[in-house]
Amino acid sequence: MKSIFGLFLILLLAGAKSAQSQSVKVIKFNQLNQLVNQPNDTLYVVNFWATWCAPCVKELPQFEAVRQAYSDKKLAVLLVSLDDKSDLTRKVNPFVRNRKIRSRVVLLDETDLNTWIDKIAPEWSGALPMTLIINKQRKIRQYIGKPVKEGELTTIIDQYKL
Amino acid sequence: MKKTAFLSMLALLLTVALMSTRSLSDGYKVGDTVQDFKLKNVDGKTVSLADKKDAKGYIIAFTCNTCPVAKAYESRIMALNDEFASKGYPVLAIQANDAEQSPGDSYAAMQERAKSKKYAFPYLHDESQAVARTFGATNTPHMFVVKKDGGQYKIAYIGAIDNNQRDASAADKKYVEEAVNALLSGKSVTTTSARAVGCGIKWKNA
Repeated sequence: MKSIFGLFLILLLAGAKSAQSQSVKVIKFNQLNQLVNQPNDTLYVVNFWATWCAPCVKELPQFEAVRQAYSDKKLAVLLVSLDDKSDLTRKVNPFVRNRKIRSRVVLLDETDLNTWIDKIAPEWSGALPMTLIINKQRKIRQYIGKPVKEGELTTIIDQYKL
Repeated sequence: MKKTAFLSMLALLLTVALMSTRSLSDGYKVGDTVQDFKLKNVDGKTVSLADKKDAKGYIIAFTCNTCPVAKAYESRIMALNDEFASKGYPVLAIQANDAEQSPGDSYAAMQERAKSKKYAFPYLHDESQAVARTFGATNTPHMFVVKKDGGQYKIAYIGAIDNNQRDASAADKKYVEEAVNALLSGKSVTTTSARAVGCGIKWKNA
């Protein structure tokens, strides 16, 4: 048991270390689906955002805070940028670097929402920001179709007893 | 004991599921009859759907001054009016963001925008946000095509303008254009809704 915890800690530290100098990976929907539907009991906090979306930018620190607060729990924050792929080096990467974002950031390279959205959030209109809290194994799925309020994330996360 | 816990969890999940479907059903769906509204245009006059007696319908665009997606689509909204106003489907643009949350969307800023861009269509201020709520508009831009049927207007299409926010010429599905063209030729609309990434409407603080 202890060794598993130790291993988990090492993985976590390794993750944190590599995140310090992360450059944002461009992924397709299938890869996103795999990332958030892994066969484990980690709770995924998945936030859809964009650098051009002011309320998204404003709420990002809350996701960073949650990642930090639950760093010893089975929780992963994934920030999914819906910026255009052509803005990756000019806007998204500098943004992530300047704001020292250490949560995992990916850029979803899918221009047409209608080809994939029903598979992950059929209730979503497309308005940003949007957040999903999910774990397939534990059948947890919470949709937040607006900016998260202060403290809202922890209230939701705590009810799932990590 | 375990079973009770499981059942209560199930009940909780069901409640969450029901709540999310309920919020989905807020606002108009395709086929619904639209309640007419009166909103102040940038010229100070009030506009309602009933004003244009010869309209066959309207292309209603919930949009704003500030959202980058709305800006990216602005010229396409103008082009829709250029193409379809004379054919009986003029554009009505509605701005519903709360000016307190989004100062760039104040009535004065709207007047400025409409003037500098020479909008050939009304740019209406939904100050109370009641119209956006009734329609179920969630983001900018968010389009509703309505068709006159008897004396009433019915929703024929809800959603995106096309399927490429960044580049109009790269869009291979022009939802609004296709919907209006179908209505004009008396056909039924093939794609009646499509979602698009956009900025959430800035609602007033409750």
